[in-house]
Amino acid sequence: MEFFDKIGDFFVNWFSEFKREFILNFVTGEKWRWIIDGLKNTLIITFFALILGVVIGVVVAAVRSTYDKNRESFRRRGGAGAFFMGALNFVCNLYLTVIRGTPVVVQLMIMYFIIMTNTTNGVLVAVIAFGINSGAYVAEIFRSGIMSIDGGQFEAGRSLGFNYFQTMRHIIVPQAFKTVLPTLCNEFIVLLKETSVAGYVGVVELTKAGDQIRGRTFSAFMPLIAVALIYLAMVIVLTALVRRLERRLRRSER
Amino acid sequence: MNADGSLIEVKGLCKYYNGEAIKALDGVDLEIRAGEVVVVIGPSGSGKSTLLRSLNLLELPTRGCILFDGRDISEKHVNINLHRRKMGMVFQHFNLFPHMSVIDNMTLAPEKLLKMPKAQAREYAMGLLERVGLADRAENYPSQLSGGQKQRVAIVRALCMKPQVMLFDEPTSALDPEMVGEVLDVMKSLAAEGMTMVVVTHEMGFAREVASRVIFMDGGRILEQGSPQDIFDKPENPRLREFLSKVL
Ligand SMILES: Nc1ncnc2c1ncn2[C@@H]1O[C@H](COP(=O)(O)OP(=O)(O)O)[C@@H](O)[C@H]1O
Ligand SMILES: [Mg+2]
Repeated sequence: MEFFDKIGDFFVNWFSEFKREFILNFVTGEKWRWIIDGLKNTLIITFFALILGVVIGVVVAAVRSTYDKNRESFRRRGGAGAFFMGALNFVCNLYLTVIRGTPVVVQLMIMYFIIMTNTTNGVLVAVIAFGINSGAYVAEIFRSGIMSIDGGQFEAGRSLGFNYFQTMRHIIVPQAFKTVLPTLCNEFIVLLKETSVAGYVGVVELTKAGDQIRGRTFSAFMPLIAVALIYLAMVIVLTALVRRLERRLRRSER
Repeated sequence: MNADGSLIEVKGLCKYYNGEAIKALDGVDLEIRAGEVVVVIGPSGSGKSTLLRSLNLLELPTRGCILFDGRDISEKHVNINLHRRKMGMVFQHFNLFPHMSVIDNMTLAPEKLLKMPKAQAREYAMGLLERVGLADRAENYPSQLSGGQKQRVAIVRALCMKPQVMLFDEPTSALDPEMVGEVLDVMKSLAAEGMTMVVVTHEMGFAREVASRVIFMDGGRILEQGSPQDIFDKPENPRLREFLSKVL
């Protein structure tokens, strides 16, 4: 009997301790709002960086695959157009190399402390830095999608009389988009987690918010675990959505 | 068509890869008249595909030129897209668009390029499908068709652009034997209607029956050409004799 009392006491104590910690970290001074505000920033940065990333990615992928597929005819025709495409392709390659060869935190800090020094809007800087970063990965995803389409598709389009861009638009891109959609969604999940370093340039996003609570209450467990659980919940939901999307795409693949 | 009746003229055509290391075509001269059915034969790697693909500039010539309807289309300022519309092409592996139904495969180019109204494009396509016995397959997707059906769709897809010439690159080589006949039948009826055709094939029976001229290629050159009787019954070139002894 005594044994069970002890266990009971243990849980009662543990629970009251938990409650005390919870109140200390989230309720006192409405610190749960910090978490909500941080989450809001995380979502804003992720969403707009994602849009910027897709725009950059599409453009860079278009330049790179256009150059690859038409290299021979550019060389043959020569002139300013060919030179311009060559230069554009070079710039895109440089962009991909630099962005994928350096850590995103460093890019973020360079953007904030060196390039965009006359803005105090950290969220804006973060959107731009993460967008530029994500654009490089999205570009390669799109390009690999385009390259994965059988060359015969391209030739069939051209042999009917479609020009390069019409062939891309009507025949290649719709097929490529379908094949890369799941990979693209995974890239967005990665981006969501990567924004956790935005605190380096003074943006209070989800992670930083948790950290600020920790700094105030000197209690690490509650705020950090809460932050982790929120990321985890978002990622699990998004992953489940991607899975469903994948299944649907596979089913429509007749 | 030219005054002398030639629709396609190939002059001194060379196609080299890796500098001059690989000579896929090494000086080809060829004239194709409207209404002719030219069958190209030769061992694997002899340059048959390269020649065919050069005719509509899917391969750009290293040297030489290609005249279509009297115009040099290999000249670098020519808009090749306009000429390709008039040259239908059929591939060994069909190359149907897998994300579109049969009917959409067929009407895409007429609608987008010839600006044909949708209803008219569909009607024309349905007529062609009926002729090849696939009218009931219009709404199917390519993956729901057999190889022979796919190739028949590929042929009528090219015909939807009302081309002046049809180019076939081994159209039956990827088919199971029992499906070869249905595709060859479509090609025969096309020939009977007077379509100008250039056909790369290993179907010697088809060549004998349908060809107005047979061309034998080896090493990137045309080594012999003539009527099917000449080529199959009294071959002169030793390489041609050797080739025929293997395939016949
Ligand atoms: N893109 C290419 N790069 C290098 N060599 C090629 C290329 N395309 C074709 N060839 C070579 O050119 C020759 C002729 O090829 P092809 O025209 O396909 O022959 P065929 O159709 O008669 O079998 C072959 O030796 C082939 O290896
Ligand atoms: Mg071939």
